[in-house]
Amino acid sequence: MKSMTLSGFVKKYTMVIALILVLILFVITTQGKILYAQNINNLISQNAYVFVLATGMLLCILTGGNIDLACGSVVCFTGAIGAVIMNRGGNMFVAVLVMLLIGALVGAWQGFWVAFIKVPPFITTLAGMYAFRGLSNVVLEGYAIGISDTLFLNVFGGGADCYIGDLFGGTDFNVLCVIVGVLIAAAIILVTFISRARAKKNGYTVAPFAGVLIKTIVICAVVVWLFYKLAQYKGIPTVLIWISIVLLAYSYITKNTRMGRYLYAVGSNEKATTLSGIDSRMPYFFAYTNMGFLSGLAGILTVARATQAQPTFGQGYEMDAIAACFIGGASAYGGEGNVFGVIIGAVLMGVINQGMSIMGIEANYQKVVKGLVLLISIIFDVLSNRKKS
Amino acid sequence: MGKIILEMKNITKEFPGVKALDNVNLQVEEGEIHALVGENGAGKSTLMNVLSGVYPYGTYSGDIIYNGEVCKFTKIKDSEEKGIVIIHQELALVPLMSIGENMFLGNEKGSKNHVDWNKTYQEADKYLKMVGLTDSSHTLIKDIGTGKQQLVEIAKALAKQARLLILDEPTSSLNEEDSKALLDLMLEFKKQGMTMIIITHKLNEVVYVADKITIIRDGSTVGGMDCKKDVIDEAHIIKGMVGREITDRFPKRHDVTVGDISLEVKDWSVEHPIYAGRKVVDHVNFNVKSGEVVGIYGLMGAGRTELSMSIFGQSYGANIKGKLFIKGREKVLKSPREAINEGLAYVTESRKVNGLILSNSIKINTTLANMKDVSTNNVIDADKEYAAAVEYKEKLRTKTPTVEQNVGNLSGGNMQKVLLAKWMFANPDILILDEPTRGIDVGAKYEIYCIINDLVKEGKSVVMISSELPEVIGMSDRIYVMNEGRFVAEMPSDQATQENIMAAIIQSGKGR
Repeated sequence: MKSMTLSGFVKKYTMVIALILVLILFVITTQGKILYAQNINNLISQNAYVFVLATGMLLCILTGGNIDLACGSVVCFTGAIGAVIMNRGGNMFVAVLVMLLIGALVGAWQGFWVAFIKVPPFITTLAGMYAFRGLSNVVLEGYAIGISDTLFLNVFGGGADCYIGDLFGGTDFNVLCVIVGVLIAAAIILVTFISRARAKKNGYTVAPFAGVLIKTIVICAVVVWLFYKLAQYKGIPTVLIWISIVLLAYSYITKNTRMGRYLYAVGSNEKATTLSGIDSRMPYFFAYTNMGFLSGLAGILTVARATQAQPTFGQGYEMDAIAACFIGGASAYGGEGNVFGVIIGAVLMGVINQGMSIMGIEANYQKVVKGLVLLISIIFDVLSNRKKS
Repeated sequence: MGKIILEMKNITKEFPGVKALDNVNLQVEEGEIHALVGENGAGKSTLMNVLSGVYPYGTYSGDIIYNGEVCKFTKIKDSEEKGIVIIHQELALVPLMSIGENMFLGNEKGSKNHVDWNKTYQEADKYLKMVGLTDSSHTLIKDIGTGKQQLVEIAKALAKQARLLILDEPTSSLNEEDSKALLDLMLEFKKQGMTMIIITHKLNEVVYVADKITIIRDGSTVGGMDCKKDVIDEAHIIKGMVGREITDRFPKRHDVTVGDISLEVKDWSVEHPIYAGRKVVDHVNFNVKSGEVVGIYGLMGAGRTELSMSIFGQSYGANIKGKLFIKGREKVLKSPREAINEGLAYVTESRKVNGLILSNSIKINTTLANMKDVSTNNVIDADKEYAAAVEYKEKLRTKTPTVEQNVGNLSGGNMQKVLLAKWMFANPDILILDEPTRGIDVGAKYEIYCIINDLVKEGKSVVMISSELPEVIGMSDRIYVMNEGRFVAEMPSDQATQENIMAAIIQSGKGR
């Protein structure tokens, strides 16, 4: 295998490099405030919904650049239902199950029209965007409804105690948090090199050792540093666990399962996929049902963080999710993109938000900057693809 | 010797990692038809793209001398202004626009801000007449056949005042009749003094129209022939193209026993999915036995693809009627999946469009139709998948450094091998091959034929659809002739000749 050229490296990690540059920029302009432990903690908690929704959106986009405009409204709708259940004294577990189930049902409803009746997804989900926004208002009767179930809040990242406590009794510094970080880093190293060794044994083409080593070291350093920072604040936010589960699960689904393969195949060449004996409606149905399910999860995280549900929640969430996917390298034509890209895209958006907030830039200008970043990242993508062909 | 109108000197063009052209020289005399032949990927199209300015001046080295002056084209418009017009293999027409609109697309008649439609259609009609097309220039492109579309392309080129016309595989999607008409039109233009360069795989066409031949192999010119001086036959050209003599274009089959009927179709009728009532396949009966290659010959539009797709899990058509028997048992196949489960495989025509996922690797394409065998509980086993891809790569001798290579980067012949691998991996008993060798070169064709022979040797049945007569006759045990949705003749291949197959088609046409 040829060693990677510099331009090849830049092309492959364009957005990672962009993220680092943006981060450096903000470190300078905020005199390092952006790297304060609390700010990093906020970055994760505030953007939890972006990670979750963007992962779901990725699957939709893979099927052929299709998007789900309704997910912001569905977040609000499921959140509203959950808040009402708990507000009326309902059990938290019941509330969570109902929220996820309703999310999945809404997704299946949209998926049905998209996959089996072939209603264009843009229009199906536009309809959903209006309908579920309206229904949220109906459920909440136009008011905000508070949530006081502390277990719910603690588990899903709301209120003051939504962190994993320190088993080792650290007060200012969460020792458990650092240990977890180190263990994760160790696991990454182990998995990477075991799978590489196995691949080599089976005669696959493997990436050069030096490259893998550097990549692994960088990833582990970031992980350990992140947990070290979190330890300085209050420890691991519970919401990080949910985000991690979603990212890991969907990384696996897209990479290693047949359904994952179908999503990419349908997005790349639907005709060839159908003629290969694959029911091409199933990937669409799966992607949209799943989007609804994850909207339900995002709804849970959103109302937990706010400790209440409001009829205006979730507005514009769909756009954040779409933007994170495209910034993360998903193709607007489908068939290309991955969960790692989504992470980078979501973090980049989060860093820009956070950085500008710390700098005290007005919210309106923040939107201008976000818009420009999205446009630039797509221009980059288009240009580098053009050179390739 | 006439005046040299075009000379390309020492043209070298490199793409990252590949030298596509290496010191290629080409001389074209005024008023001649010059044939450019070579295997797929030899660099013919690249050379013509250099000439027409698709690759701008500076991205290649060497000189283009046209009409005595050195040309430095930076865009296609530059070459067109000089009268060099290229007609690409893939037709560049907008289906929902009229013939007239298409002909002057980007070259509109009238003033800067106003299109003069009267003038457009008047001019269009004039050029249509020159190419012998009688349709109105108001007809939409989608309503005329491929043959006529090709003529529109030529009329479009004439409208650009072409003096040197380049035709890249002009007949690749035409039937024999339309091809013949096109070639005759070229000869007619020659009489009027037009200079033409034709790129083609069909050597009989070269022999028919060319005055001179330039052969390109692996990016360099390996020889030229002058049809007035040299004796030209297909064998000579093939030898030049592949660098060795192919004594037998169709490999013989040995030790193959033809067994029982494996697939039988009775009274099969299919209607057009959009135009209800229009029969695309009309009461067709046929069968294929194990160990047998059955050829279905028909012109483009005869309904061959429609027939096979309707058999393959009703992938095409509406109101499908008839009975289908697999190994003597009647089956109703409602989806491609059911068809695959019954041991059927349909190796699609146009591998780039319905066959392969070009942006994915050979590995992913190989297992796409049979992911079951490389996964447990819906989770793909990466080891098994890789091993399967490598096995078929080696079995079919696909030329690629690794199975992780994207299919889009392969040559036509190798793509076809990947497509075959995909279906062989699905382990079918009956394979329907739709135009398995279209657009691939002589050497790769031979390899595909060998693969077909291996398949029947294993006791599988092969239905081969083709619009190349020599191939159908050379490869099949038995031949069905299809025309306008019906099977009009059946004959064993030893009785089949080009003449009696064409006669069957013409006869059936008269009967209507």
